[in-house]
Amino acid sequence: MSAGPGELTVRVWRGAEAGAFASYRVPARANQTVLDVVTEIQRRHAPDLAYRFACRVGVCGSCAMTVNGVPRWTCRTHVGRVAAGRTLTVEPLRNLPRIRDLAVDLAPFFAKWKAAGGCFEGSATRADPPAAVDPAGPRRRAADAGIECINCAVCHAACDVVGWDPDYLGPAPLLRAWTLVNDERHAGRARTLGKATGQGGCGSCHTQGSCMKHCPVGLSPTEGIAGLKRLSLAALFSGAP
Amino acid sequence: MERALFLAQRLTAMLLAPLVLAHLWLVLVAVRGGLTAAEILGRTQGSAGWALFYGAFVLAVAVHAPIGVRNVLREWSRLPRSRVDLIALVFGLVLLALGARAVWAVVA
Repeated sequence: MSAGPGELTVRVWRGAEAGAFASYRVPARANQTVLDVVTEIQRRHAPDLAYRFACRVGVCGSCAMTVNGVPRWTCRTHVGRVAAGRTLTVEPLRNLPRIRDLAVDLAPFFAKWKAAGGCFEGSATRADPPAAVDPAGPRRRAADAGIECINCAVCHAACDVVGWDPDYLGPAPLLRAWTLVNDERHAGRARTLGKATGQGGCGSCHTQGSCMKHCPVGLSPTEGIAGLKRLSLAALFSGAP
Repeated sequence: MERALFLAQRLTAMLLAPLVLAHLWLVLVAVRGGLTAAEILGRTQGSAGWALFYGAFVLAVAVHAPIGVRNVLREWSRLPRSRVDLIALVFGLVLLALGARAVWAVVA
């Protein structure tokens, strides 16, 4: 099915783990995003098409899909930038169980986020004064470099090691752990470091850098993971757990 | 366990980096210098220095390489984890035995 003038041919994954691509033809419009295209298909061709989105402006991270083989936020991806020959292939994110069509189950991703020690534990009470953290200090700056992650799971889908090693915690959970071990207010720094450097932790990363290449926010989980590796070695010499 | 293996691999890599460079340099010097086997053995036999150098080399290799092979097999093969661990252990022991034999042959 080739696209006529002013049209796009869009191949969309239909089904769950078992399924097939269905092709749709939609009008090519100026300044159209991939999310606009998926929405148009649902509105005019396939009302039962399952996909996720919320904010449409790159804040929530829920519309991530694989577009022409690359994990992306569909709301921030203009069709003109990715549609070679006016064809688009839209699939669910890699490395996560498929629920239906373009929607994946993010539960394993968030389970790994917790397993990497990603939950903040306060070290003060309401009665204590706010912690005095120097925003220019090296540890705060290291934490700030990764703090903008919104858990869209694009890096999780981009990472080959996540696909190969079911134990591997993945880039986003390890980047979260890196921000926490650098957070002076976090009471469980040793626990987080222990989890992030243990089974499936930073030692499994091959430093391929796909997470960094595809992160829509421009963060570098690779750098955070490298930091965890350094801390893991430093902990050995200092005798810390 | 995973952290210990990761650290063991890292630390042996740090050790191997200079040892491998020295070994390669040595091979080039020996070949280009036209040293005979007898001349080489004359220098290595009874030498504590060469025993230490190549003994450390073999130990580091026997720790470093099986951990890498284990990672590759865990990621790329469908073998059960216990089988992968066994293969890596046997591989390490084989490297250790072959290496130790070679070191013994030139320094003893």
